[in-house]
Amino acid sequence: MIQKELICIVCPIGCLITAEIDEDGTIGKVSGNSCPRGKEYAINELKHPVRTLTSTMIVANRDNAVIPVKTDRAIPKEKLFEIMDIINRSSAAAPIKIGDILIKDVFEGSNVVATGSME
Amino acid sequence: MKNVDLIVIGAGPAGMAAALCVYEEGIRNILVLDRAEKPGGILQQCIHNGFGLHKFGEELTGPEYAAKYSEKIISSGIQCLFGTSVLSITKDKLVTAINNKSGMFTIQSKAIILAMGCRERSRGALGIPGSRPAGIYTAGTAQWFVNIKGEMPGKNVVILGSGDIGLIMARRLTLEGAKVQAVCELMPYSGGLNRNIVQCLNDFSIPLKLSHTISKIHGESRVTGVTVSKVDVNLNVIETESEYIPCDTILLSVGLIPENELTKGAGITLDSVTGGAVVNQNRQTETEGVFACGNVLHVHDLVDFVSEEAELAGKAAAEYIKGGKKEAYEKVVLRPGNGVRYTVPQIIEKNADNDEIKLYFRVGGIIENASVVMESEGETAFSKYRRKMVPGEMEYIVIKRDILEKMHGTVIIKVEQGAKK
Repeated sequence: MIQKELICIVCPIGCLITAEIDEDGTIGKVSGNSCPRGKEYAINELKHPVRTLTSTMIVANRDNAVIPVKTDRAIPKEKLFEIMDIINRSSAAAPIKIGDILIKDVFEGSNVVATGSME
Repeated sequence: MKNVDLIVIGAGPAGMAAALCVYEEGIRNILVLDRAEKPGGILQQCIHNGFGLHKFGEELTGPEYAAKYSEKIISSGIQCLFGTSVLSITKDKLVTAINNKSGMFTIQSKAIILAMGCRERSRGALGIPGSRPAGIYTAGTAQWFVNIKGEMPGKNVVILGSGDIGLIMARRLTLEGAKVQAVCELMPYSGGLNRNIVQCLNDFSIPLKLSHTISKIHGESRVTGVTVSKVDVNLNVIETESEYIPCDTILLSVGLIPENELTKGAGITLDSVTGGAVVNQNRQTETEGVFACGNVLHVHDLVDFVSEEAELAGKAAAEYIKGGKKEAYEKVVLRPGNGVRYTVPQIIEKNADNDEIKLYFRVGGIIENASVVMESEGETAFSKYRRKMVPGEMEYIVIKRDILEKMHGTVIIKVEQGAKK
């Protein structure tokens, strides 16, 4: 069994979490987290790290305007640049409301949604 | 002259939460002033997520967090004047402002809530040798360029200072295709949150060079590179341990300064460490009826705590507007002692209607296995064990009423090493 320490990124408290990993890769006891989200984060992080991607997208019908966006689900860490590329090759059209889906199913059911509004 | 019950200066997270709180307490004659064209303050350019976990139990981006409040402000009908700069305030609550519609005007208010936020420390405050080429930005300015204007400040970047905005921008610029060479931090520890080091630097293999600084900026019309040097324990540059890093852009993330020119102008007492006003537990300044909350009072790590503080100020302001002057209470003055840089509030007024008081403070260095101790009249009135405290993260203790009753006069709050609870 090995112990792995990681810093939780779920919220700004940044708990130092210790996870026990058996020889066969099974994750055992998780400690140091101060909420259930922390445990979930630690397990995900050890198995397959995911991140919510935030960026901006060009608004085609407004002068020099961009709208803030995010993926509505966390996506695998290694896909971040691929999805950045898709966002940067796309554009949105105003009016846009917060929560509007701007790119549908960008990765395995995750959408790119607007996090701001523009008239 | 126009009369109102309350003027809130600033429509960022602090100002919006404070105005809404006062509104919910039944006060209607409220005026919110902001120099920007829309509410939200700096949150509008903080497009990353991680806001609102404390306050709303969900993970929001900056604009989403701002929208939670701005939508309420707009639907409440609270009067807001945007594109309006406040020029001066007085202890008598006269507020003089200017905009391009009404020109200059003065309004008499019963109470004022200061919520002007903070600004970034710039190159001039650092005294880095070298020429003055283009390509040197504060991290927040770069953030505005990228996230609001959709323009990249450069391609090859060195960041000085490991404040949160710098870390966030390291990731943001990397995602947009720039190469971030390094983040240099003068101190032996980071000024930013741990989670940001993990998800903004480690995720993208961006080196964090602790105890390093930029000792020279190179380039004539545009930055061509920097000399990065190690510093000794006294933070002096070790010239023999220097390297040249070519780059076209430098971002500075070297601290935030509460923006208190108006407060100073009114002659309201400021705390020399926080750079914000001296306040009591209800965030009232030493001038009755003038309250302060958010980053104008002290720089917060989390917007959630800004909103919380704004509600304290809002509740107290509403009470002040309704009840006017209150009787004087016994005051306890808090003084930072060993290891503690500052506290907010700095003054506790006993017998005010608080069952418990949340006392925020910051430590001056990394402290492990220590107790936070409050000493009144030479005796320990409060002690709480902490495993670890770091300067980059704001700490707080909760003082219950019965403990508070034991405190008199000047109370020292300090850190005692090794003391277990």
